Amino acid sequence: MDIEHKIYLDYAASTPLDERVLEVMLPYFNEIFGNPSSIHSYGQRAEAAVEGARETVASIFNVAPEEVIFTSCGTESDNLAIRGAAFSKREATGANRILISPVEHHAVLETAHQLSKHFGFILEFLSVDEFGRIDPEEVKASIKKDTAIVSVIHANNEIGTINPIGDIATVCRERGVLFHTDAVQAAAHLAINLEVTPVDLLAIGAHKFYGPKGVGCLVVRKGTRLLPVITGGSHEYALRAGTPNVPYIVGLAEALKLTTQNLDTRSNSLRALRDQLIDGVLASVPRCRFTGHPRERLPNHASFVFEGVDANLLLVMLDMAGFACSSGSACKVGAPKPSEVLIAIGLSKSWAMGSLRVTIGKDTTKEMIDRFLSVLPRLVEQVRKNKL
Amino acid sequence: MSKPSLVAVAMSGGVDSSVAAALLKERGYSLVGLMLRLWSEPGREDENQCCTPDAVMQARRVAARLGFPFYVIDSREYFYKTIVQSFIEGYESGMTPNPCMSCNEKVRWGFLLEQARGLGAEFLATGHYARLQRDDSGRFSLLQAKDVLKDQSYVLSRLNQQQLEHSLFPLGDYLKTEVRAIAQKYNLETAQRKESQDLCFLGHKDYREFLTRNSPKIMANGKIVNRKGEILGEHRGLASYTIGQRKGLGIAVDTPLFVIEKDQKNNRLVVGYENELSFTELIATDANWIAGTAPASDFKAEVKIRYKAKLSPATITIIDEKNFQVSFDEPLRDITPGQYAVIYDGDVVLGSGVIRKTHFEGNVI
Repeated sequence: MDIEHKIYLDYAASTPLDERVLEVMLPYFNEIFGNPSSIHSYGQRAEAAVEGARETVASIFNVAPEEVIFTSCGTESDNLAIRGAAFSKREATGANRILISPVEHHAVLETAHQLSKHFGFILEFLSVDEFGRIDPEEVKASIKKDTAIVSVIHANNEIGTINPIGDIATVCRERGVLFHTDAVQAAAHLAINLEVTPVDLLAIGAHKFYGPKGVGCLVVRKGTRLLPVITGGSHEYALRAGTPNVPYIVGLAEALKLTTQNLDTRSNSLRALRDQLIDGVLASVPRCRFTGHPRERLPNHASFVFEGVDANLLLVMLDMAGFACSSGSACKVGAPKPSEVLIAIGLSKSWAMGSLRVTIGKDTTKEMIDRFLSVLPRLVEQVRKNKL
Repeated sequence: MSKPSLVAVAMSGGVDSSVAAALLKERGYSLVGLMLRLWSEPGREDENQCCTPDAVMQARRVAARLGFPFYVIDSREYFYKTIVQSFIEGYESGMTPNPCMSCNEKVRWGFLLEQARGLGAEFLATGHYARLQRDDSGRFSLLQAKDVLKDQSYVLSRLNQQQLEHSLFPLGDYLKTEVRAIAQKYNLETAQRKESQDLCFLGHKDYREFLTRNSPKIMANGKIVNRKGEILGEHRGLASYTIGQRKGLGIAVDTPLFVIEKDQKNNRLVVGYENELSFTELIATDANWIAGTAPASDFKAEVKIRYKAKLSPATITIIDEKNFQVSFDEPLRDITPGQYAVIYDGDVVLGSGVIRKTHFEGNVI
């Protein structure tokens, strides 16, 4: 099937660049190409663009411009937050515990694992309920006097569950422990006001909200000390060395600005389509369960598990039938494992291996959902039948 | 114009399957590339001879260059249950199994063909060197490849009419040198890779190490004896030896000794002089006749007793639908239980069976 006849239902993986974002980026490739660090006017024009972008992002999150650090992606932002805070905190106070949820993105999880395996930090995990939610009370009880940093994902990428970030942040603030949240998925759909939500560190990546791939940012609230991960010049307030990626930074700010306009209206229409999808799947596919929280979830996010289904094979079948979806257990080299997130919410392997994530976006129509619903039950049945 | 048939190409990342895909693309087929993720020993995935992350990337690049989708399908559990376990069990019962043959029969033309058909593919194509011919009645024949040195019809001799009907072997009419040239023409970077002959799940390691790890009991030491039962030495586990083997017996004698039998029941390795290494007959079981049924009467044909063996003239006696006997015109020195006897009429593969018993000097061993 030609790619133009395919239906994209994987907006949590990536989104197409908004035309308006592309427009504002273009002059910064060859026209306003200076290095923002240069003294001359070429450099000053580029610097003005980066600083303008910083102000835009800062005003959206209700923080000061100097609290916005541009990076190359969400993963780098998570790395800088966890690694940078852990090392800095240990140096200052001797704190060497890292406390994270069991449903973190790999960018946080693997960074924490490396700090524990190679750098002597003690890694501790919170628990989650059946919906993948973290209890702020448990966070409170789990913080020790030598806990360096707590990290809890804002909205989970696999099951869409939104965590009570405000309450968790408040608990951490009360206990005097740094709190980081990966808001890579959340930023595309949720209003984030850091004046009322006392997080210390917050990571986003632009391509989840119709911005370009290859750019992200980390919000670092005042007073939060980080050891830089990428060392070199004193760019980005000496927290992230390297010539700023001017066109992409401009693109991130524009995309974030467009995303936060009419957030409620867009969320409501996405939610209606998504609920049609969820109801349709649950009604038509036998031995199917919905994963994640029924209400506290991203408005564009539907996720399921099918018992006795090889999710990899289901994704192949769906792609051949013209639908692009995703799965927590999928693996491009054909060695799927049940995802940590699905195991953490208590699913057995025979269910967890059959996960399907369907995430919709601005170009998704009711007709597309109808078409998806008309083929999914047959394909699930076929995958179950072909299992040897 | 009707839609072109969809063909699933079994990709390995190597030159043969890549060129097979390129040739089908030239013929106007719509393609989907598939690779099976087979079982590898836990912790040794990178040593595997196939479906390593590297091979997957090679295949993925080829598919991208030729412009068709590519997917990897997990068959680790099924491959372990059907192939690896019977490989170990085969050695445990004193045979020298040929897992690639059963893999073709059960995994490639079983599991993979079924998945390909499930995806809507009419055919499964592979980079094997063999030819298919369809007669007027719609019956398929399996023939040796144009490139007789590369011919792989031996390993396809387990396939039946239903499987052949949905198979394509685009390389059957090409020489290996021509295949390499086509790879260069399409700038397929696989062209430089070396070819592998080892079993995929053994990595580059010896099968004995694998068996020692996975079935220690078959690697139990025992006595080396001659036909008279005289003890000549100690062996390191019967699975370490194969019929006709001369080197590595560890016995100091003036006249060279050869493995002539593996006595599994008594864990004894029977050795003898070269003139004792002479087999005239074999019994084969699990017969597969490409035509669908066993020939009605006994016949003269040529038989290969190993993938790389030469064709040997013989008389085939049909015992029943699943069993046959082969009587060779001239004695052979290394007929090995567990390997396949593949029967040829000229360049046509008639069928095959698993070698179970061999006749030595007129006595059933």
